[in-house]
Amino acid sequence: MKPFRYERARDVAAACASAAEPAAKFIAGGTNLVDLMKLQIETPAQLVDINALPLGGIEETAEQGLRIGALVTNSAAAADMRVRRRYPLLAQAILAGASGQLRNKATTGGNLLQRTRCPYFYDTTKPCNKRAPGSGCAALAGLNRMNAVLDVSDNCIAAHPSDMAVAMTALDARVETVSRDGSTRTIPVDALYRAPGDTPHIETVLEPGELIRAVVLPPPPPGRQIYRKVRDRASYAFALVSVAAIVAHDENRVQDARIAFGGLSYKPWRSADAERTLAGGALTRASYDAAGVAALANARGYGHNDFKIPLARRTLRATLAEATGTI
Amino acid sequence: MPAVFDDPWCACGTCRDPGLDLRFTASVGRAVNEGLATAMTQNSNERLHLTRRTVLEVGTAAAALSVIAHPQSARAAGSPDAATRADLATVGLRVNGHSHTLTLDPRTTLLDALREHLALTGPKKGCDQGQCGACTVIVNGQRINSCLALAVMHDGDDVTTIEGLARSDDLHPMQAAFVRHDGLQCGYCTPGQICSAVAMLAEHKAGWASYATADVAEVPALSHAEIAERMSGNICRCSAYANIVAAIRDVAQGERA
Repeated sequence: MKPFRYERARDVAAACASAAEPAAKFIAGGTNLVDLMKLQIETPAQLVDINALPLGGIEETAEQGLRIGALVTNSAAAADMRVRRRYPLLAQAILAGASGQLRNKATTGGNLLQRTRCPYFYDTTKPCNKRAPGSGCAALAGLNRMNAVLDVSDNCIAAHPSDMAVAMTALDARVETVSRDGSTRTIPVDALYRAPGDTPHIETVLEPGELIRAVVLPPPPPGRQIYRKVRDRASYAFALVSVAAIVAHDENRVQDARIAFGGLSYKPWRSADAERTLAGGALTRASYDAAGVAALANARGYGHNDFKIPLARRTLRATLAEATGTI
Repeated sequence: MPAVFDDPWCACGTCRDPGLDLRFTASVGRAVNEGLATAMTQNSNERLHLTRRTVLEVGTAAAALSVIAHPQSARAAGSPDAATRADLATVGLRVNGHSHTLTLDPRTTLLDALREHLALTGPKKGCDQGQCGACTVIVNGQRINSCLALAVMHDGDDVTTIEGLARSDDLHPMQAAFVRHDGLQCGYCTPGQICSAVAMLAEHKAGWASYATADVAEVPALSHAEIAERMSGNICRCSAYANIVAAIRDVAQGERA
């Protein structure tokens, strides 16, 4: 690990000012950052520890949603009865990720900002445009079975690893941030991430020193919420494909559906195409399959990850069948 | 010059030697190494976080050859370490009921602080990247991977390791259950398994759900599937899982009774 200066931030303004310095980074749970620092993939000159800041707690919002502080641990969010009763999708997604020990440390803000687990991002002997801009992408022709198939670039096919963020995207969650100048803004989770394009090392729209303060969940939409994760092991593995679905239906038709995929893109993939296809559609396998075809129409496999495209369609079908109690 | 840490558990004698400030042993090591071409590797010489073993090696080599570089003169000589060394941090930890004040390179993980500075070698270094769970300790009542925690971020925290679970000769019920059910083979993962299991039962008692819970709004009974899911952060390479789960169920049922 490279040497760094360690600073325990006393207030939000000081934290943002410190983290705006070149090569400075916020640290909260550290479950991803410390690992990357050991491997010298991350080499911050300064760590700004934000754990003493008042960014904890889960509170009700005026619109009858919930506001989850950035420092709320994944465990605490998944254990909260309001989350479990009103946003079971989110609790399921959080519990689908990592292990008990990691969830006790990992935070809401940090989970959103975790880095990809692309094996070539981790292998410092190989080219990676995300780790070493301009060096190339070893995943394109490499062992890419965990990599992305939607909105990929020839510079990077890394997938975002979070489960939590997939559920939040389906729930239309918004990120509240505060910047160095004290200004705040609200960013939909869906708009937090930047497509890889020519700059896959720039992953979010956050500015230097901009701190995630909380995640705001709007009131839960009507319908059954399900998070289904497909992975290599029964537990404690990243998603090959996951589906977050919120489906409202009557006896014959889907009234409203929200669909987001994990494991397929640089961000949690909200599929407006699948949602449009489903709305008003019958509760049939053909209808669910049509939604899957729509969702994956622009997908592109790179060899080892070709299987993700049919797997995503089938996972969507199974999730919709479970959500509607059909098939 | 005061010793850097006051460790009542330490038996080595070196770390409580008032004449030796561990902060400067990197420089001492360099002086010994450069002057005498000892067997110390370049690698260990460059480690800014020194293990007790390294300190002992340095001490032994220096004593055997009657060359003891004064720490401050070594530093004044402009060791290259001085330019790259991160500022040291003072960290207070309460570990298994004992308070310690450590002076640490900020890069020191909680695991290394426990093992290398406090001689608590129960928490194991397995993968060192948060995947195997061998390093699991209980911090402020919650299980965490100590390998992914920077010690400096746990200033003031209360840590329980496997060494702190038993009451003198009376094993913790989870330890006794692991013995009774033969919940181990090689034993390397066992301290982490037991610390994890103890904290996991507390999580369940607090009503936490898991990914194995059919309805996350409910508090499920601790079935085999629930235990397996909740313990998935602890890998057992010998695959003693069947007996580990049996041991945990035994304790869980005992607590209910």
